[in-house]
Amino acid sequence: MRIVVVGGGMGGTIFANNLARRIGSELRSGKAKITMLTASDKHIYQPGWLYVALGRMMPDELEREQASLLEPGIDLHVDPVETFKLDEKRVITKSGKTHEYDLLVIATGSRPVPEEIPGLKETAIHCYSPEDALRFYDTINQFKGGRILVTVGLPHKCPMIPLEVTFTLYDFMKDRGLLDKTEFYYTYPIGRLHSLENVGKWAAVEFERLGVKTETFFNLKEVDRDKGVVRSEEGSEVKFDLLVAVPPHRGQEVIERNGLGANGWIPTDRHTLHMEGPHGENVLVLGDTTNIPISKAGSTAHFEAEVAAENVAALIKIGRPVRTYDGKVFCFIEAGKDRATYAMFTYQKPPEPKMPNGAVHAFKMAYNKLYWASARGLL
Amino acid sequence: MAEHRVIDARGSFCPGPLMELIAAMKKSAVGDTFELLSTDDGSAKDVPEWVNKVGHAINRTERDAEGVWHIVVQKMK
Repeated sequence: MRIVVVGGGMGGTIFANNLARRIGSELRSGKAKITMLTASDKHIYQPGWLYVALGRMMPDELEREQASLLEPGIDLHVDPVETFKLDEKRVITKSGKTHEYDLLVIATGSRPVPEEIPGLKETAIHCYSPEDALRFYDTINQFKGGRILVTVGLPHKCPMIPLEVTFTLYDFMKDRGLLDKTEFYYTYPIGRLHSLENVGKWAAVEFERLGVKTETFFNLKEVDRDKGVVRSEEGSEVKFDLLVAVPPHRGQEVIERNGLGANGWIPTDRHTLHMEGPHGENVLVLGDTTNIPISKAGSTAHFEAEVAAENVAALIKIGRPVRTYDGKVFCFIEAGKDRATYAMFTYQKPPEPKMPNGAVHAFKMAYNKLYWASARGLL
Repeated sequence: MAEHRVIDARGSFCPGPLMELIAAMKKSAVGDTFELLSTDDGSAKDVPEWVNKVGHAINRTERDAEGVWHIVVQKMK
C-alpha cells in the first residue's frame, strides 16, 4: 500500500510515525510505503508560542529538524503539494513531481488571517507565529498601563488561548507592578466566557476575582486604530490601549484552490476521519484541516492521528479498520504564570474542569518538552 | 442565488454549535440560510439570542424525535 501524507505538522507527523512503528516489517518488505510531503524542513511545536510571547521560552526551543523526528523508512520530501488529482489518486508537488497513492492523508493545518478583519492585522498583537510571538513580547514589555482588550475571531485555533492569554498577561503585569495602572477587558463571541460551558463558568468566577471586565456576544467587525476602538457585529464599541487578538483562521490556501473544502476545511466523517464524497475511501483528513465541529488543537490532531494510524495498520494487516474516533480532546488551560487546569472531552462527554493548581502547570511545562516524544509517535 | 447549508454541530462541545454557526455565517452572503443541527439544549436559547442581537432571522426551530435541534437561520445583513 502506498501511503502519502500531505503535511508535516502535528497530525501528519504523529500519524506517519505511529503507523511506521506498527508496520515495520511491511515497510522493510516493500508491501507498504510511507511518503511525507511537507512545506518546511522544520517541525514547530506551536503551543509554545504563548510562552515566547511572555518571554518564557525562546523560538528555537520549539523547533526540530523534521527529518530528525521521523521513523526510518518514511520517505520525506520538503516539497509541498500544489495539485490534488483525487480522481486519479495522485498529487503533484511544487517541484512538479507526481506521487501516486493508494491512501492519501491530508493534514495541512490552518493559518491565522487577521487581515480578514479591517484594521486588526495593523493594530493587534497575537502569538500565532514565532515572529508575532516576539512582537507580542516586545509590545507588552514596553506597556506602561491602560486598557488591555482581549478579543476573539472565529474560527480560531487553540480554544483555550483567549483565557490563557488573559490570565498570563494578568500575572505578567502583576509581576511588573502595573496592575493598578492596567484594566483588563475580555470579549467573547457567544453568550458566555468560553465555548465549553463548565470552563466558562469557572472563568467567570476567576475573572470576577481578578477584576477582569467582560463582554459577551462580541464578534469582531473592525478595528479603528486611530480612535483606539474595536467595533462588533452586534453594534458594540470598546476602547483599548493595547489590543490582544485571537485572529480568525482559515485552512490552507492549497485546499481552497483545489476545491477540497470551503475556507480550507475539508468535509470529513467525524468517526472514520475519511473525506466525505466520492473519493473519500482513499482519503483521510486529520487535525485542523477537517470541518468536524471540534476544537482546532494539537491534541485533536494527535488523537485523530493515533486512530487513523491504527486503522491503516489494520487495513494492511487484516484488511479492515478497527477503531473510530470518539471526539477525544485534551487541552491544558494555563490559569496564570504558575497554575493550570485542563479540559478533557469527547463527542459524548463534556469536560469537568477542576480548580487550577501548580501540579497541572508543572505537567504542562513538562509536556512542552515531552511533545517531541509525541511527535515521534511514542507518547 | 442564496445558498442553504446544513451545519452539523451534533456532539460539539468546543467550539460548540453557536460558534460553528457564527463562523459559517461570516463567510456567507446576505439571504443565505443555515440549518444548525445541535444536541445541546442550550442552542434553543443562545442561538436565537445571538441572531436577534445581530439582526439576522430565525426561520424555524424544532426538535426532532431523536432529540436533535434543527434551527434555521437566515443572514439578513
